[in-house]
Amino acid sequence: MEENTKPMTAPETEEEYFINMGPQHPSTHGVLRLLVSLQGEIVKRLDPHLGYIHRGIEKMCEKDTYIQIIHLTDRMDYLSAHMNNEAVCLLVEDALEIEVPERVKYIRTIMAELQRLNSHQLWWATMGMDLGALTTFFYGLRDREKILDIFEETCGGRLLLSYNTPGGVMYDIHPNFQKRVKEFIKYFKERLPEYDQLLTGNVIFQERTKGIGRLTREEAVNYGVTGPSGRGSGFSCDIRKKFPYSAYPYVDFKEILGVDGDALSRYKVRMEEMWESMHIIEQLIDNIPEGPYTAKMKAVLKLPAGEYFQRVETARGELGVYVISDGNKTPYRMKFRSPNMCNLSALDHISRGAKIADLVAIGASFDFVIPDIDR
Amino acid sequence: MDNTNIKEFVARHIPEATFEENKQFLSATVEPSKLHGLLKALKENPETLFDYLFCITGADVQGKLMVIYHLESTTLKHQVVVKTGTPDRENPVFDSITDLFSGAELHENEIFDLFGIIFKGHPNLRRMFMPDDWKGYPLRKDYTDEVNIVELS
Repeated sequence: MEENTKPMTAPETEEEYFINMGPQHPSTHGVLRLLVSLQGEIVKRLDPHLGYIHRGIEKMCEKDTYIQIIHLTDRMDYLSAHMNNEAVCLLVEDALEIEVPERVKYIRTIMAELQRLNSHQLWWATMGMDLGALTTFFYGLRDREKILDIFEETCGGRLLLSYNTPGGVMYDIHPNFQKRVKEFIKYFKERLPEYDQLLTGNVIFQERTKGIGRLTREEAVNYGVTGPSGRGSGFSCDIRKKFPYSAYPYVDFKEILGVDGDALSRYKVRMEEMWESMHIIEQLIDNIPEGPYTAKMKAVLKLPAGEYFQRVETARGELGVYVISDGNKTPYRMKFRSPNMCNLSALDHISRGAKIADLVAIGASFDFVIPDIDR
Repeated sequence: MDNTNIKEFVARHIPEATFEENKQFLSATVEPSKLHGLLKALKENPETLFDYLFCITGADVQGKLMVIYHLESTTLKHQVVVKTGTPDRENPVFDSITDLFSGAELHENEIFDLFGIIFKGHPNLRRMFMPDDWKGYPLRKDYTDEVNIVELS
């Protein structure tokens, strides 16, 4: 069937009507406005309207130094703050050809995986809540709190860490860090099966997600849907495997791929990824090498003229940072390839024909963070 | 395919294309009119199979409005960058590639919004982030806004 791609201006038939989902709808997890065309309760098509939290980060970057930019990247995908920081730092280090100490690589990877766990916990909590299982919200946030406490002890911040700096990390890890991380892993290994008991096997949950929002592998590639959402469709897109950075080359972990490409498949990929994240942390936590926590850096960083691209895997997919430098201390043009925006572009296609309540399940399974779309 | 082969492939399709190579990517610069044909060939030819467009960037470089496409093949694992640009700042028009890569739709909207580049054949080209009645295109280098941007020093 030929898809209707005309701009949504007015309803075309008498049965069709438009409603706005958002920008203040709780299940859009932020200020996303979806203009939805409905026939009865069937979604005919939808059109995302963005910009409610557009801060012009790319414009601001053109005035800021690279060290200042790191603090802006926290505020894009705030649940992957550490990975966003890391992307900019890796790009600067690559451009200036700085070799970071081994200790930094280990710390960064452990922090990134803790951040991924924390993000997936919050996703699980809110996905259950969106589908009417309020208990999950309390379970998820209870366990997430423990990771935030670990972050607070070492980084000072809980949500927006700004812990990475070009060449290393801001401070050395807290003396308690290793002990607390190991305690947390032990604790969470007992809790994660509870998550499965509570939600995964639940009949209502299965009915609401199985076969809903099906995305094939080809479509995922074509739309550029990455991260757990893309891997749920079987698109092997893990940057940690494809272009390993930091300490990922040293660890053994599986890339989880789904088969069905529906909301349940995306859900299962994230659940499995939590086990993999813990597995990665376990391999690194006892082996953090001694040494400095930052390389010797100049006070003013000037990237040689040229173009640089850095890709990292955030909790939601592939983040790309693209810099055109003219040799000054500020970038000439900085572009963030935001994973959420690419994931959002597939939403119209896969929610056609679904019920309006399924749209909530599909949105939850994609795990959107709106500030990352708007930037 | 390595970079030399990709270079030959592009040069076979568009003899006047110019190439640059840095340590990450091979990039080819072509005229806006040739772009759609080249991307179609790169996507569909069994030798190249560039099926994953992972980034589209708008840029304003030395008075030229440019669009930069980063492509990767998920099966053959090679990457290439295709660039195109025009010095026409009043009415810059490029071909939309939404028929080849569905994911390009929001990217092209964003570039239209921030650079004022018009994509011919785009199904729904509109301001994406800025208000509909906004004047000017904020990411262009000659953009001025006396009210909202305060220059320090």
